[in-house]
Amino acid sequence: MRPIHSKITEIVEESPNVRTFFFDTQFDEAIPGQFVMVWVHGTDEVPMTLSGKNSITVQKVGDATSRMFELGIGDHMGLRGPFGRGFTIPRNGENVLFIAGGVGAAPIAPLADIVKMRGIEAHAILGARCCDEILFRERFACGRVDITTDDGSEGRSGFVTDQLTETDTSNINRIYVCGPEIMMYKVFEILKARNVHVKTEFSLHRYFKCGIGVCGACSMDPEGLRVCRDGPVFNGGELEGSEFGHYERDSSGRKCRF
Amino acid sequence: MKVAGIELKNPTILASGIMGTTGAALARMGRNGAGAVVTKSIGPVPKKGHNNPSMVELECGYINAMGLPNPSYLGFCEEIGIAKSKTDAPLIASIFGGNAAEFTEVAKRLLSSKPDCFELNVSCPHAEGYGASVGTDPDLVHEITTSVVDAVDVPVWVKLTPNVTDITSIGRAAESAGASAIVAINTVRGMAIDIHSGYPILGNRFGGLSGPAVKPVAVKCVYDLYEVLDVPVIGVGGITCWEDAIEMMLAGASAVEIGSAVHDDTQIFEKISKGIDTYLQKYGYSKAEDIAGLSHEMI
Ligand SMILES: Cc1cc2nc3c(=O)[nH]c(=O)nc-3n(C[C@H](O)[C@H](O)[C@H](O)COP(=O)(O)OP(=O)(O)OC[C@H]3O[C@@H](n4cnc5c(N)ncnc54)[C@H](O)[C@@H]3O)c2cc1C
Ligand SMILES: Cc1cc2nc3c(=O)[nH]c(=O)nc-3n(C[C@H](O)[C@H](O)[C@H](O)COP(=O)(O)O)c2cc1C
Ligand code: FES
Repeated sequence: MRPIHSKITEIVEESPNVRTFFFDTQFDEAIPGQFVMVWVHGTDEVPMTLSGKNSITVQKVGDATSRMFELGIGDHMGLRGPFGRGFTIPRNGENVLFIAGGVGAAPIAPLADIVKMRGIEAHAILGARCCDEILFRERFACGRVDITTDDGSEGRSGFVTDQLTETDTSNINRIYVCGPEIMMYKVFEILKARNVHVKTEFSLHRYFKCGIGVCGACSMDPEGLRVCRDGPVFNGGELEGSEFGHYERDSSGRKCRF
Repeated sequence: MKVAGIELKNPTILASGIMGTTGAALARMGRNGAGAVVTKSIGPVPKKGHNNPSMVELECGYINAMGLPNPSYLGFCEEIGIAKSKTDAPLIASIFGGNAAEFTEVAKRLLSSKPDCFELNVSCPHAEGYGASVGTDPDLVHEITTSVVDAVDVPVWVKLTPNVTDITSIGRAAESAGASAIVAINTVRGMAIDIHSGYPILGNRFGGLSGPAVKPVAVKCVYDLYEVLDVPVIGVGGITCWEDAIEMMLAGASAVEIGSAVHDDTQIFEKISKGIDTYLQKYGYSKAEDIAGLSHEMI
């Protein structure tokens, strides 16, 4: 598909460095966790998970995202998608745990919406550097919400892993995780020790070139799974013994350790 | 089957640039039934490639301008080792450079990882000229091929660009320099523009067309090369099913490479090679080699 020319209809400032852009293009068929390739004309095209049927939630980090922050309502971006494999959807009656770090709350928020709509009980552990950076706290309010901040400005002072260590996961049916890879790997290790990593889904990031499963730039060792197509969501069982938590590759294909 | 000095498991080969940047990805394609795998084109220094969008699906195929992203031979020897340890499909190292010295340096440095063959991508931007590609100049192709053939002890294939007036003169130059096979074609120069914003879609503004749209171009190039060459021709461009592969073989291909079609199906190699076998049986041929170039006799 060619990029869909999409007009920005609303911009919400979520935190000093994070904005949600709403578009006049609606991806009704999108599954939570799927992403779109976002083309910022004249700059670059980068992957962003859909944080809603017609929205992306962007943290400003470099060229393309800084350029997005210069755009206003009425400006356009090109959107291709939805691509990739999203999360599995919890069934009624199941117990769900969300674990999100920083902007990692964006891919999980649409799941929280579903859980809330269906009246499923969920527990969320949301972490960020400081209280200003906790995203979507109202969307995650579908049960218990634990907040951790690195600087102690809200909730528990520390990391989501500190909270997770004290959380009983024996009755949880599905765990959903997204955040910086180091955080996700620590979560993976805790859950693996409890043998519940196979009930856990992680949303991964790698450098995407084609974004459609052809070039292999995003493929992970040792199975050659493509994050853009076979993922970005992977079950913990699929990640055992993989490069996850150890290294990724840059745009030239060179390994970079975490 | 033995083609151009290497023992292929079947006539369907993974084309360069597709699932080719890591050993694990190459091995996965080998396990999925590829008769051999070609790596991403590797050069003398690490390259990030062009800005995205770098590959977009169009109505008729795909357009891409990756910009030859690669970690250089320094990072890639390890990947070839991994690929070789995880699949028994022969490994063909695709390489590029701006001149004969660079091509030869890359080939020599990759030799320690024991690739089964080299494929020279002479379709990359021309460092010594002005924006054209190395592969449009028969003398330069001859010089590069000679230099690499002299430096390595495995077969050397040369992959040609269709963006020339006469592809046969380039094919002849490579053959006379010692190439064991000629691979045709690389992508066809092309461009796509977003009519709503007015921007060319690719980050590099223009790029190369692949997929179904280029198959007739590839069939004609393979047909013409088969006419004038003694070495085998490997056909590539727009193959998505066994019928396409057979068509390419009838035009003159001893084996085929498959690229873009991996988008729709990572199991494509197994499917196409089974289809080829069924066709051969149905028409009473004992091996794939028997149909290479058969259409030339139909007059
Ligand atoms: C599946 C997926 C979903 C994502 N979802 C979100 C999201 O919802 N919200 C969000 O803020 N960020 C998300 N990201 C990360 C986002 O793509 C990068 O922050 C963005 O590409 C940065 O671009 P830049 O030009 O501003 O930064 P640059 O200056 O280009 O680079 C900064 C860093 O961004 C990353 N990056 C750059 N280009 C790419 C690319 N083509 N593919 C992958 N990573 C790249 C690299 O790690 C790089 O080190 C997602 C990434 C992936 C792979
Ligand atoms: C994303 C992409 C990257 C490619 N990279 C290379 C490359 O590095 N070296 C090369 O010789 N050909 C490269 N090609 C060209 C293919 O190997 C092949 O010649 C061409 O795509 C036509 O075949 P197809 O229609 O089966 O894709 C690339 C093609 C695509 C689509
Ligand atoms: S980015 Fe090309 S295969 Fe995933």
